[in-house]
Amino acid sequence: MSKDKKVQVTAIENGTVIDHIPADSLFKIVRILRLESEINKVTFGTNLESKVMGKKAIIKINDRYCEQEEVNRIAIIAPMSIVNTIKNFDVVEKRKVVIPDSIEGFVKCGNPKCITNNEPVKTSFSIIKSEDITFKCRYCEKNTYQSEMILIK
Amino acid sequence: MEKKNLISITDFSKEEIIRITELAADFEQNPHQKLLEGKVIASLFFEPSTRTRLSFESAMNRLGARVIGFSDTTNTSVSKGETLHDTILTISNYCDMIVMRHSLEGAPRYASEVSKIPIVNAGDGANQHPSQTLLDLYSIKKTQGTLDGIKIMMIGDLKYGRTVHSLLEALSHFNAEFIFVSPEELSMPMEYKNGLTDKGLKFTEKREIGEEINSADIVYMTRVQRERFTDHMEYERVKNAYVLRNSMLANTKENMRILHPLPRVNEIDPDVDSNPKAYYFEQTENGVYTRMAIISYLLGVKK
Repeated sequence: MSKDKKVQVTAIENGTVIDHIPADSLFKIVRILRLESEINKVTFGTNLESKVMGKKAIIKINDRYCEQEEVNRIAIIAPMSIVNTIKNFDVVEKRKVVIPDSIEGFVKCGNPKCITNNEPVKTSFSIIKSEDITFKCRYCEKNTYQSEMILIK
Repeated sequence: MEKKNLISITDFSKEEIIRITELAADFEQNPHQKLLEGKVIASLFFEPSTRTRLSFESAMNRLGARVIGFSDTTNTSVSKGETLHDTILTISNYCDMIVMRHSLEGAPRYASEVSKIPIVNAGDGANQHPSQTLLDLYSIKKTQGTLDGIKIMMIGDLKYGRTVHSLLEALSHFNAEFIFVSPEELSMPMEYKNGLTDKGLKFTEKREIGEEINSADIVYMTRVQRERFTDHMEYERVKNAYVLRNSMLANTKENMRILHPLPRVNEIDPDVDSNPKAYYFEQTENGVYTRMAIISYLLGVKK
């Protein structure tokens, strides 16, 4: 099986590999990590077979190491992801993503009458960790749920 | 002194809520306290509201402050497309405090981050209206002698009514017991009920006013609005179930008082007005003293 994996997505020498991403969340993670403007080599794979998840996606970013704060942003989309740090083709660290207590930007407030949807105000939420992750808007105080979440831009 | 705002009722601790009711009582005893002579307060009503604006401006004037501002945005730079950020930043250089109402939810919280002077939220859409909550609490304390252990029946639109949500949050500090009376479509949202359960507070839910009214200390009425119903037939069917009539008050407690944030349309029959238990007009007078208390507390002239 591990041999198959290597065939599916090539290994990297140094950088970050984000694994166990649900296949349908790949492009959201691309956006949340701002990979559109990444200058390093990035490899994506999606709809790869996974014993646990059925279909999964994987992202490999050459020569970039992610801060924990950055990694935690992934958690609001794909809480099961694993972030591997690769040095010299070896996995030197495996990190679980942790849902953060708050998030600024990225997520749009679901309330159309919220100030953040009508004036140039950066969104800000406290996060309530429940089955459906809940974002409580700092401004209008309304809840937006992960299942209905829209990312900004 | 650190700048203090009043945006949401949860910005005030239990002790601060109690203090505001004490200060309101003090202003009612002695309304002529020109504590804010030489101060300028801006009254910015981005959305019109006669009652709240006049109550606030009356409070400012009684305290001796000068009032600047607007009651709608027609002749202001807002109508030219100025951002809220720029409007607030500019006006905060002209005065010592801003009282604002805005149709967009969260606008006052954002303004408090932009401004270096205190912001008082006089209502932001369906979100918060904390001075209303504080005047409701003052009215409860004045009529019941205490805020502790009150049994309150809330009637009408409990889903969208911001006043009932804020009052519920404030009363949860004081070991209150709640009876919620509403149509199914407008019942108290789960998050508030869960909040009460977490605090170990008792509540019951009813679809009709019924006999339970006889056990209440406070009856808090709100309006059931036609626009809230997706099914207009349903509205026609239920609307009369949430109208309070004098005949329903015969066996209510002696100390019971009826509150309503006003304006009333038809949810309280005019035959209730002459009943001594009807308190909704006195409640508006309490609003001025409560707002005097809020303003003087936030500006630090009363501690």
